[in-house]
Amino acid sequence: MAARSYCSPALLVILCSLSLLIVIHAQATTPTPSSPNLSADTKAETPKAAPGTAVEQDKQWEPTDLKETTPEKDAAVPAESAPPPGTTASSTGPHQKEDFQEELVIRPLHSGDIYASFQFRTLWETDFMKGKKVSHYRLFPKSLGQVISKFSVRELHISFTQGYWRTMQWGQPFLPAPPGAELWVWFQDTVTDVDGTWKELTNVLSGIFCASLNFIDSTNTVQPSASFKPLGIGNVTDHRFLRYATLPREIVCTENLTPWKKLLPCGSKAGLAVLMKSEKLFHSSFHSEAVHIRPVCGDPQCKAMSWELRQTLDVVFDLHTSGQGKREWSLFKMFARTLTDACPLASTSKIYVDITDNPEVSTPLLSQAVVLGDRRTFSVYDLTQASTFGTMRTFNLQIKWKRDMLRPLLHAERYVAGYGLQTGEIHTLMYNQHPYRSFPVLLLDSVPWYLRLYVHTLTVTSKSKDNKPSYIHYQPSKDRIRPHLLEMLVQLPPNSVTEVTVQFERALLKWTEYTPDPNHGFYVGSSVVSALVPSIVAMDTNNTQGRPLFSSFFPTKEESSFFIRVYTEPLLVNLPTPDFSMPYNVICLTCTVVAVGYGSLYNLLTRNFQIEEPSPGLAKRIANVIRKMRGVPPL
Amino acid sequence: MGLLSDPNRRRALITLLTRLNAPICVVCYMAGVAWFMGLAFEPFTLRTYMSENAMGSTMVEERFPAGERALATGREFAAHKRKAGGMPVDWLVKTLQARGLEVFTQRFSRTLPFPDENKERYMVKGTNVYGILRAPRAPRTEALVLSAPCSPGENNNQAVGLLLGLAQYFRNQIYWAKDIIFLVNEHDLIGMQAWLEGYHHTNTTGMDWSPLQGRGGSIQAALSLELSSDVVTSLDLVLEGLNGQLPNLDLANLFYAFCQKIGVLCTIQGKLQRNDWDSVSGYSHAVQTMMLMVMKQASGRPWGDHGLFLRYHIEAASIKGINSFRQYKTDTTTIGRLLEGMYRKLNNLLERLHQSYFFYLMPSLSHFVSIGYYMPAFGLLAAILFMRALDLWVQLTAPPLPPEEGAAHVKQSSPGVLSVLTPLVISHVTGAALYALPIHFQQVAVEHFPVSETEAVVLTAIAVYTAGLALPHNTHRYKTLHGWRVLKLVAVLYLAVLLGCTALINFSLGFILALTLVPIAAFVTPHVPKVLSAFVLVFLSPACTLLFSVFFFQELQEVPVSFQEGWMLFLSVISQGILDHSLYGSLVYPLISLLVYPCWLLFWNILFWN
Repeated sequence: MAARSYCSPALLVILCSLSLLIVIHAQATTPTPSSPNLSADTKAETPKAAPGTAVEQDKQWEPTDLKETTPEKDAAVPAESAPPPGTTASSTGPHQKEDFQEELVIRPLHSGDIYASFQFRTLWETDFMKGKKVSHYRLFPKSLGQVISKFSVRELHISFTQGYWRTMQWGQPFLPAPPGAELWVWFQDTVTDVDGTWKELTNVLSGIFCASLNFIDSTNTVQPSASFKPLGIGNVTDHRFLRYATLPREIVCTENLTPWKKLLPCGSKAGLAVLMKSEKLFHSSFHSEAVHIRPVCGDPQCKAMSWELRQTLDVVFDLHTSGQGKREWSLFKMFARTLTDACPLASTSKIYVDITDNPEVSTPLLSQAVVLGDRRTFSVYDLTQASTFGTMRTFNLQIKWKRDMLRPLLHAERYVAGYGLQTGEIHTLMYNQHPYRSFPVLLLDSVPWYLRLYVHTLTVTSKSKDNKPSYIHYQPSKDRIRPHLLEMLVQLPPNSVTEVTVQFERALLKWTEYTPDPNHGFYVGSSVVSALVPSIVAMDTNNTQGRPLFSSFFPTKEESSFFIRVYTEPLLVNLPTPDFSMPYNVICLTCTVVAVGYGSLYNLLTRNFQIEEPSPGLAKRIANVIRKMRGVPPL
Repeated sequence: MGLLSDPNRRRALITLLTRLNAPICVVCYMAGVAWFMGLAFEPFTLRTYMSENAMGSTMVEERFPAGERALATGREFAAHKRKAGGMPVDWLVKTLQARGLEVFTQRFSRTLPFPDENKERYMVKGTNVYGILRAPRAPRTEALVLSAPCSPGENNNQAVGLLLGLAQYFRNQIYWAKDIIFLVNEHDLIGMQAWLEGYHHTNTTGMDWSPLQGRGGSIQAALSLELSSDVVTSLDLVLEGLNGQLPNLDLANLFYAFCQKIGVLCTIQGKLQRNDWDSVSGYSHAVQTMMLMVMKQASGRPWGDHGLFLRYHIEAASIKGINSFRQYKTDTTTIGRLLEGMYRKLNNLLERLHQSYFFYLMPSLSHFVSIGYYMPAFGLLAAILFMRALDLWVQLTAPPLPPEEGAAHVKQSSPGVLSVLTPLVISHVTGAALYALPIHFQQVAVEHFPVSETEAVVLTAIAVYTAGLALPHNTHRYKTLHGWRVLKLVAVLYLAVLLGCTALINFSLGFILALTLVPIAAFVTPHVPKVLSAFVLVFLSPACTLLFSVFFFQELQEVPVSFQEGWMLFLSVISQGILDHSLYGSLVYPLISLLVYPCWLLFWNILFWN
């Protein structure tokens, strides 16, 4: 053992220096955001070759207290620090650049819960579209790559969520998602039969993610005209190529997590994904996993296009339940695992801990980022650096938690009003809690056809005054074919509640259309509220900079506002339901009543009954014939 | 049907029916009453059983440990309640928040149409406090409610304490799939009405309430807890809700199952179950229990805070702790465990409670009478009306023997139908007056007579009711032979439809009304002795039925009253009925005044036809 451990550093150093040369060649053309924390010895080797831009970016994003790592520690464990970037770089092909980053953000929430958000990003500079068949896959999962090229997908966003994000208690999530499954896809404008492709795509994705996405059909698919714009590069915004569907009823469990984990380059064997023990991930208040695929700029000038696969997993742990009142957490308490190393394939592997609320914590590296209109301070732990793990070779963060109140700028809720099984009213409430700014929001409502909306009853009121939407897109439903789609642009006055109400009638379904549990009720998916919310601090608009992953998903166009999307809770609506306990008896009884009762009653009422003369005997008839011949009246 | 399509046999059948009409009616009436009384006999009833799969087979463990702490919280609540002189809103909000719930409040105010003298309230202002325990990984689509009223005086402090204790204990459990709402409502039913209207954003009774800030989706079931002592001897289950609605029988089964499992004495209508069904006293005990349920259901009032949930299709029941002089006591921990078990099972529900019966009577907690068993009792009474109607119809259409009389009959029949209209309109106008005048004229009455508002309302109602008897109902323009028959035919069919519909919705009310009104409908003609019949008619009128019901109810509850007290109770029941209608939307008062009373007036009119 000892001999090997002495031998391997020498070998690795040689390997590293070789591979770095290759990397430098590659980066000269398109500098990907490289690891900001190369270990001391590699830095010493490549001071001139490392691109200057990357260093500058690091400075921008870590302006405060960029603490130099102490050389003694590095010297103590040089073997562990060197390999990760080295191996990444060495195997990157010269023609197609691939890059994998992983990140975990931990944020103590104001309600006393802990929010952990994993983000994994694979960037691949390739082109699925231009006819040539992509057959060599390395970091990018082949199953998804084939889906993209076969179905000409331009953007694909899919999320599986168990639970509801409590905006009032938790603030905004980094990546919002509605309860259940959500899927929205932009197709290339070369696709002719979008509906057919969509149908096939959902079935394929259903297999990939072990989810009931095959239940997506025309009755729950809509084409939003404004709410879902492409997030990647590209200028086609014709919503004919967009399909959006939610399955609010979808239950998310380990069978969805396993295929999701398999898409990661390291699986759950190494890196941050080690923490994903499903037993713990589902022992939480909120669980959401998502996959986002989109084309992004490959370089700052946006000359080359690369495909971005972003896998995110958001979990909120309830410390009240598990902590027995003690307000402290650690990675081990949350995940029942500790980290041992970074994913060897990852170019960066970091843990960000939000320490805005407890600034007294002293950590190795601090970073500030503007997230969702708020400047937050994070302490950064770089897993590619061995120093992070210390001498124990394991890493376990622990931090205490502090409480204060929270007022999210925008949140929304929805409920069904009324009673009885004939009509009802959907109320959607949107709260703008900004003290002095009003801002417009886009509300998207997709309601199944069996709730027949009365659009003439649509009202929008803010501060008990009528608030006329400046844009309304309404597509009426067709029974058993397509749902209602209602989109509107509403201006929310400052510090107000805007209420959107619309009445509906509950349809009586055909008896085969009921679900196996009809008395549970029928789900109506979440409304989507998308808004550009005025920001208190200036947002960073430069997209190509190497920002932390969690702050760089939605592109920001202006410095003064940021984009957020809020989902309301789904609705559970009871429809008039026949008694299914004994349908056979009911059918038999009804048929009997109709046939026997109605038939004979009708007979009795419409016919006139008279006493019939008994028919004369044969002798009498003959006698009558004779009498007739004789001209005498008959007997 | 072949029987009817043969004219000879049809004629024979009709002759038989008309000739034996009176005996058949008497037999039907006796049979109906006998059938009804037989319902309480145990061999004729079914044992209760759990129909809902999700609650039947799954096992839950009850581990609630903190009964003593809950009582301490209850005492703390009592202290704060005394200090605040009402609902200690701030303290409750703080306490619920400390237990890790999302806490919201709702203010409401309501001015009653006239002062409620039983509860001494007129202008009601209050606040409801509720905390929502969010189920982990649930999308806020379903909820369960546990409520405890904040009552004046020293009542129900233990209920609030136990509610807070359960909230704390439930918060630390991971298995919840539905949000649980812990509600402390002020001014009992008025607060509950405000909260439910706020939750469902409806306004049926014109109450002022502030909108709710937090919701948990569609409520699947609710329990209301009333507990006024540290230990109880038994728990009483109250099912009767607004307009005689009942929760699904599975909720009662659930309660019974857990009482059996944990070993708590449980009662219904305050009556323990007895095992000696074959003895006379055992049978009469069952009859008493069932009759109490019938009387309560017929009243159409909510008999606990749960009663208002039923309108929203939420299965709900009240659980009342009773502390009597028995030796055997149950402590709060055990009650907490019972509730925990019930909530865990309700939490397991996949669908709303729908498997079991919604229409039933309970002669004991372990036995029930389903709609299929009790409806024949009513059917036998209703059959009398149809027999009488058939008889009248035959009399009206029978071809009279002399031909000239037949011609006269054809001439008379058209004014006969018209002449029915006048008494119909007059009686219904009287009914409308009975419905509207008491509340609208209370101001005038108070100014002119030395009475309080409540007395004014009740006395106006009685005055209008009595005045209706004296009104001339008939213009007497057509002194026809058959006129009263047409009117009686209409009245009998009207009564049959009216009672039939009432019995479908609220069997007890329909049956009690049928018991008294059907004999009237059967025997009244202009030719019976006037004075005696008038006396019988008044004796069996809806108001007198109510008076007897009051005495009977007191008798059943084993607190008999003197006539004077009974009369006072009768007056207060009338005012409560009117209040129930305007506060909670109970339909009994409008039903009686707008439909049943006019119908009865028609029979009164027939008696005085000539």
